Amino acid sequence: MSRLSELRIGKSAAVKEVEGLDEISIRLMEMGLIPGTQLTVVGVAPLGDPLEVEVRGYRLSLRRTEAARIQVDASEC
Amino acid sequence: MSIASPTQTLTIALVGNPNTGKSTLFNGLSGLRQRVGNYPGVTVEKKIGRYEYQGQSFTLIDLPGTYSLAPRSPDEMIAVDVLLGRRDDVHSPQAVLCIVDASNLERHLYLVSQVLELGLPVVIALNMVDVARERGIAVNAELLAERLRVPVVVVQANRQVGLTALKDAIAKAAVAAAPPLVSPFPEAFQQEVEQLGAVLRRDHAKADAAHDWPRYLVERLLLDTSGYLASTQLAGHHRDATALVAAARERLKTAGCPVPGVEPVSRYRWVGEVLSGVVTRPRDRKRTLSDAIDAVLTHRIAGAVVFVVLMAFMFRCVFWIAEPASQLIDALNALLAMWVTAFVPEGQLRSLLIDGVIAGVGGVLVFLPQIFLLFLFIGVLEDCGYMSRAAYLMDKLMSRVGLSGKSFIPLLSSFACAIPGIMAARVIENRRDRLVTILVAPLMTCSARLPVYVLLVSAFIPPLTFLNGWVHLRDLTMLSMYLLGIVAAVTVAFVLKSTILRGPTPPFVMELPSYKLPSPGTVLWRMLENGREFVYRAGTLILAVSIIVWALAYYPRHEGDLDPALVAAQASQAERVEELQASGDQEALAAAEATLQATDNLIAGAHLQNSYLGRAGKFIEPAVKPLGWDWRIGCAAIASFPAREVVIATLGVIYNLGSDVDEGSTPLRDTLAAATWEGTERKVFNVPVALSVMVFFALCAQCSSTLAIMKRETNSWRWPLFTFVYMTTLAYLGALATYQIGIRLLGG
Repeated sequence: MSRLSELRIGKSAAVKEVEGLDEISIRLMEMGLIPGTQLTVVGVAPLGDPLEVEVRGYRLSLRRTEAARIQVDASEC
Repeated sequence: MSIASPTQTLTIALVGNPNTGKSTLFNGLSGLRQRVGNYPGVTVEKKIGRYEYQGQSFTLIDLPGTYSLAPRSPDEMIAVDVLLGRRDDVHSPQAVLCIVDASNLERHLYLVSQVLELGLPVVIALNMVDVARERGIAVNAELLAERLRVPVVVVQANRQVGLTALKDAIAKAAVAAAPPLVSPFPEAFQQEVEQLGAVLRRDHAKADAAHDWPRYLVERLLLDTSGYLASTQLAGHHRDATALVAAARERLKTAGCPVPGVEPVSRYRWVGEVLSGVVTRPRDRKRTLSDAIDAVLTHRIAGAVVFVVLMAFMFRCVFWIAEPASQLIDALNALLAMWVTAFVPEGQLRSLLIDGVIAGVGGVLVFLPQIFLLFLFIGVLEDCGYMSRAAYLMDKLMSRVGLSGKSFIPLLSSFACAIPGIMAARVIENRRDRLVTILVAPLMTCSARLPVYVLLVSAFIPPLTFLNGWVHLRDLTMLSMYLLGIVAAVTVAFVLKSTILRGPTPPFVMELPSYKLPSPGTVLWRMLENGREFVYRAGTLILAVSIIVWALAYYPRHEGDLDPALVAAQASQAERVEELQASGDQEALAAAEATLQATDNLIAGAHLQNSYLGRAGKFIEPAVKPLGWDWRIGCAAIASFPAREVVIATLGVIYNLGSDVDEGSTPLRDTLAAATWEGTERKVFNVPVALSVMVFFALCAQCSSTLAIMKRETNSWRWPLFTFVYMTTLAYLGALATYQIGIRLLGG
């Protein structure tokens, strides 16, 4: 099992699960990261954090700690 | 909800995601007819616009941009309360106007699905169809309207296209019935909402609970795991509703729809069904110009370089353009003062007009060029989509202090002036982060501190150079003052974030919108609006404070207290000047005028010494002596609390030079260098004293405009008061440490 925070730039994957029940996890799901959603890591900020991800046709920025809550399945893509 | 008669105004609420063109649409619909205020107790801006359509007047309430109507804080609750008609200060809306981005419909329909559950007629404004087309995305608006069962109007908010059709749809919707409720949730969840709602409503009818329970709020109560709604909405209910909610959640978990995950999953499933066949996108995502720009601007190296260059450019511009403009305003003030001198006889009134009113108004206006320019830059950066990238690039750095990247631009702007910085902090949704940013912004070295530094550095720091003349001690001193501000801000931010404003790290999950050309109308509007707001809000206060300080420095004035010899000398010198003016001997006239000026200055100094301000300076001398200051510096520091830049003029008066001096004037420098402690030969100023004054000015909250804007932005006097106290304390301790250490290292 891998996590979004571990994906290399340019890699695509599908969301398996968003862990946690707090504000951050809810926000991640509200922004469209629900099980089955396809995403691509587009880039990373100069200081190594946060990440830029493409999801549902738009660009999303999130920190590595936030991305670590998202389990992904890289094999499907 | 009452049925509106044609003479009554119809109220429409405007909602949408951030970066959708919502403000542009709001301005397009209501034009100049808008009022901006605050909702009491929160920091949310209350924007109300008006327009007429076919003889009917409409009131448009602009709600803050949001990705989701899921309130977890008082600020977020405002939108839901307004939409559900639960606020007394705005009318219940008859319809909701929801603006969506055609190029990004999936995420935008998430908010739409919530809006459709409010039980109000809804009109969708489909914006950015052009951007979607550019990406090869086609949207079938008719089919979308059919699926949603609400009108969908294609608009181009930035070009004012489609607004008439939109107004027409709104006018029809506002008098129509709400569409039948379609819930995206599974049956089990809907049943729980029904049951819970029935209990709460029955309870409500019996108890003195403040509000009714609309269906949407019941749903939110069930979904809100943060506990915010339970703690604010359940007060007054007799039954243990919390237990009911917990039991319902437990049942839902068993039924396979666990809270809160059931909401996004259900809504996105619904969105998928609605959009199937409505949106057609190319199989391979078309690479757009925006993507190409983004690849450079967020690149690990190129992005950082562009960012630094852009920020440096912004600063150079602010100083290049704002400096002459500020000087022009200064010159106009001087002209006005001359005009007053010519028409108003000498005395209280003239002094009030020149030293109180004109100086006070001037003190406000002198900031305007900088404020306009900074807002122009911030507006362009925001409107073209770079602002979120700036936050993205700087987030890592800012998170070390406990803030997010969104605090970077507000803090950076504060290097020019804290006022636009504090106003720019509106983009930070998290209340704690916004407060910390606002509270430390005044520590950044603003341009009003520069004159003080220039004066003291050039007068007291020796022009030493190191490393073959490459490094100047004076430059190093200036640089350390800037660094002091940054270090203080970082430290205070860190302390605040780990004490009184402690809280969980807010998410940095945000959209990076696609780039677009900024719309000049929106940018200019924002710039003027913010400038006007500054003049209104800060202007009145700074004027009042300026007049108070003027009065303190003027009264009590008894001509009899003056040295009779000095008054006699003034009279005879004035006569001599008049005689020479008649004779035409220019050289002698100039000399006589200079003598008279010197005597006038001595008298002004004597008056100041006798005034309340002078007495206050003497009174606090024991307190400022440990900082190495005499009573006159204390006086100047007190006088500069309304606006720090007046210190130069006050020092000029107090050291008997007249108030017509600036930081570059050699006489002021020389006078300061020559000043001695009263009754002794000991010099007042030396390097430790100069440094101690500079440190004081670096850390002190000497700017009533900043405090006024802070009050406006935080909607309470508590935070400006807090800032004033903490900064003044910090300034005193900093100056004390500087002098005491300095005097031991460097000697008197």
